[in-house]
Amino acid sequence: MARRGVRAVSLRSPLGQVLGTGSARQGVHHWWVQRLTSIALVPLSIWFLVSLLSLPSLDHWVVSAWMAHSVTALLLILLVLVAAWHSQLGLQVIVEDYVRGNGARTLTLVAITFAHVLLGAAGVLAVLKVALRGVQ
Amino acid sequence: MVTSILNRFTGVALSAGLLLLVYWLTAVAGGAQTQLRAARLLSLPVAKLVFAGIIVAFSYHLVAGIRHLIWDTGRGLERNQARRSAWLIAAVSVALMLIIGYGAWHAGASAP
Repeated sequence: MARRGVRAVSLRSPLGQVLGTGSARQGVHHWWVQRLTSIALVPLSIWFLVSLLSLPSLDHWVVSAWMAHSVTALLLILLVLVAAWHSQLGLQVIVEDYVRGNGARTLTLVAITFAHVLLGAAGVLAVLKVALRGVQ
Repeated sequence: MVTSILNRFTGVALSAGLLLLVYWLTAVAGGAQTQLRAARLLSLPVAKLVFAGIIVAFSYHLVAGIRHLIWDTGRGLERNQARRSAWLIAAVSVALMLIIGYGAWHAGASAP
């Protein structure tokens, strides 16, 4: 913004300004996905709690019949995936803020990412296993 | 800001909650015996304490997260507005905690 008599000088290169991605080459992607996942998690997490807590009991037959229902299976898969993504992004910011040293930070980020991919895949596999075999 | 740090703190707790959720889903998929073993583990007093913590964390993180989303639209950022909404989210999250806690207590009473 140029004020009277003062010309604002940007330190960013013209190319950098056009691409708009900043020094991390990520642009606002991280920020945006964090918001998208948080918006999605509002209905998903409320649905999960209401649906789970309104089951007549938590024993195997009741829970697996609930999970075998297609809508439940679909929403559970979405919940696990979106929650894992949101959790990974959130922990990443915390690690970037508090873990000192490039090596330690990178290692922690790699471990966190792998752990979340594993969690997401394991959750999806579990739901699919129940949903595809039906009630046993 | 205390409320912002708390949002991070409760977020980390919920990451642990996600771990528990996936563990439980895997146990259900493993069959009746596996689920029963997991249910015994998850009904230990320590586990109940962890669940209570996760309910507190969830209630706060949900409400504070919605406040952050509203802030992202550029609304409510004035200092007195932020101070008022801090009290509001404290009250709403405590109410939510009690509601979920009540529901979980009932579900827990009928757990195997």
